[in-house]
Amino acid sequence: MQQSPSPSRFPAMWTSFMSWVDRRFPATETFEYHMSKYYAPKNFNFWYYFGVLATVVLVLQLVTGIWLTMSYVPSGDGAFASVEYIMRDVEFGWLLRYLHTTGASAFFVVVYLHMFRGLMYGSYREPRELLWLIGMAIFVAMMAEGFFGYLLPWGNMSWWAAQVIVSLFGAIPVIGADLEQWIRGDFLISEVTLNRFFALHVVALPLVLVMLVFVHIVALHHVGSNNPDGVEIKKHKNADGVPLDGIPFHPYYTIGHDLPGIVLFLIVFCAIVFYLPEMGGYFIEKPNFEEANPLKTPAHIAPVWYYTPFYAMLRAATYPLVGLDAKFWGFVVMAGAIVVPAVLPWLDRSPVKSIRYKGMISKVMLGIFIVSFFILGYLGTIPPSKYATLLAQICTVLYFAYFVLMPWYTRVEKTKPAPDRVTTR
Amino acid sequence: MKRSTWLLALILVPAFACANEGASDWKMQPFHPNLQDKPSQQRGLRLYVNYCMGCHSLKFQRYERTADDLEIPHDLVMANLVFTGQKIGALMTNALPPERAQAWFGAAPPDLTLVAKLRGGEWVYNYLKAFYIDEARPFGVNNKVFPNVAMPDPFLELQGTPVLTCHQDPKLAENGGEQRDPLVPGLKITEEKCGYIDAVEGTGTLTAQEFDQAVYDIVNFLYYVAEPARSERERLGLYVLLFLVVLYVFTALLGREYNKEVH
Repeated sequence: MQQSPSPSRFPAMWTSFMSWVDRRFPATETFEYHMSKYYAPKNFNFWYYFGVLATVVLVLQLVTGIWLTMSYVPSGDGAFASVEYIMRDVEFGWLLRYLHTTGASAFFVVVYLHMFRGLMYGSYREPRELLWLIGMAIFVAMMAEGFFGYLLPWGNMSWWAAQVIVSLFGAIPVIGADLEQWIRGDFLISEVTLNRFFALHVVALPLVLVMLVFVHIVALHHVGSNNPDGVEIKKHKNADGVPLDGIPFHPYYTIGHDLPGIVLFLIVFCAIVFYLPEMGGYFIEKPNFEEANPLKTPAHIAPVWYYTPFYAMLRAATYPLVGLDAKFWGFVVMAGAIVVPAVLPWLDRSPVKSIRYKGMISKVMLGIFIVSFFILGYLGTIPPSKYATLLAQICTVLYFAYFVLMPWYTRVEKTKPAPDRVTTR
Repeated sequence: MKRSTWLLALILVPAFACANEGASDWKMQPFHPNLQDKPSQQRGLRLYVNYCMGCHSLKFQRYERTADDLEIPHDLVMANLVFTGQKIGALMTNALPPERAQAWFGAAPPDLTLVAKLRGGEWVYNYLKAFYIDEARPFGVNNKVFPNVAMPDPFLELQGTPVLTCHQDPKLAENGGEQRDPLVPGLKITEEKCGYIDAVEGTGTLTAQEFDQAVYDIVNFLYYVAEPARSERERLGLYVLLFLVVLYVFTALLGREYNKEVH
């Protein structure tokens, strides 16, 4: 059964060529390990599209990014004009740029949904702790990549957003002011800053991201995919060692599941690229149609939507504590909110993995967590006010409560028995 | 109410909250751009080059691209619209040194290539119509949409002398209907409303209606300049989406064949 493909399916020339390659490079072996003999649970649902979609968007960002770099000029005098040059004078430059700006938002959409899937089905649980940690590293690298990239168009919001975020490091006691200057490489955001952000955005972080994604997939294929039931398919194997509830990733998931999903995603994605590329100021903010101007502060500085939940938490910290000012604690809260999901594998004490079999408290907590994340995301886009800040503080507490209380509520709640084999609904 | 409805409401609140900001007692008039109306944009280009470009460059846009998109022959553009000795492929810059302009006006006139995106077409349309005589200002004019703006009124010649006036407007009942005099059938009850800007008769070369059209043409042109590829984007998008829909049908059918083998 596990013989190499029969001569009837492939021309003899191809078979002999591949055997020549395989003696020198594990091509067939690697393909089989990761694709045609990688057995994925047969009960994947809608939520299992977003991993492959994240890969698609990553490739899209790399390719459009390479082409944008061909015409972009990373200089204080030339950056803004070069973006308009791309929009007007470069053949299909407008398309490359809109694909890239929309791609950045799409990347966060699919990754947030991918992470939500992990939360729902307990994909971070043993033996997938490292897989989850690598994923968290990808998330942090993505946020950095997005932040560095946002400065490059050298619009006024680019400049002021970088100014606000870099100044956060200034709130760190003792070393803050020097650290801030070291990051900028100047006394204010300048061409020096632009050049280093460019280097980080187009070389360093893409390299880090691609390597992390590779390691993420290696780890995934070592432990095997989780599934909506949160049960291990490797427990039940047939005589050949193939999981009974597993199906070969290729072609059943690649072509049977993912390909139509990718096309469906592209329909939504292209509809935005071609008809709503600025998304009413949420993807490309209005002040960014004006060149960076250190003397002209935009009326309201807000980060792009994918950072706003964390930005709202940053602003929610309004009390100085133990002699350190509120800005520092805001920075701590924001950084904490970004990295706290990393410890989930050690917080979840439930006997079951999937939300399907967890108790009511887990379901309610996850619901509250998601709702507060959305509310924070909205609050981060509007100017602060007394009630908005209060609401942000409440939502910040709820956000952290999901994690901090998890060891308690996952232990005390009554769970349903998880099935032995996967179920298909 | 479903959660998604709530979320939608939350997202829409700021959109409405922002809609009314700015403008003192000026009622913003709607502006509907029309990229298909080439004559309007051609007139807009002509007006822009003659009345605006001395101070406000379009430094990211080229004459050639503009001519091609607006369907004007190159030689006509060179003969009538390029006053700077530049070539057709040159950027639409001007000769105003920014430092001097800063000294003359108090603020250097901004480049307007992207103004229709930065402030929106409606804002520019209303701004250009909102100049009025105000002797207290250095240039003798003020603006309802951008109070105390450091810009002279470029359209005095066309519009005539714009002065603040009051009109007798129909008085509205609580239900929004116009009130009528109960004693004289058909006679409307009016009240005086101020804040209107009217040109002094006989001072301008255009009628009020012609001036509105001229301003519309300029803003319609600026709307085009802010994103010259917009028409192409919207045209191409249709083909891309149609292709993807057809591709989806085939990939979904193919996927279904594979799924038959599962279970």
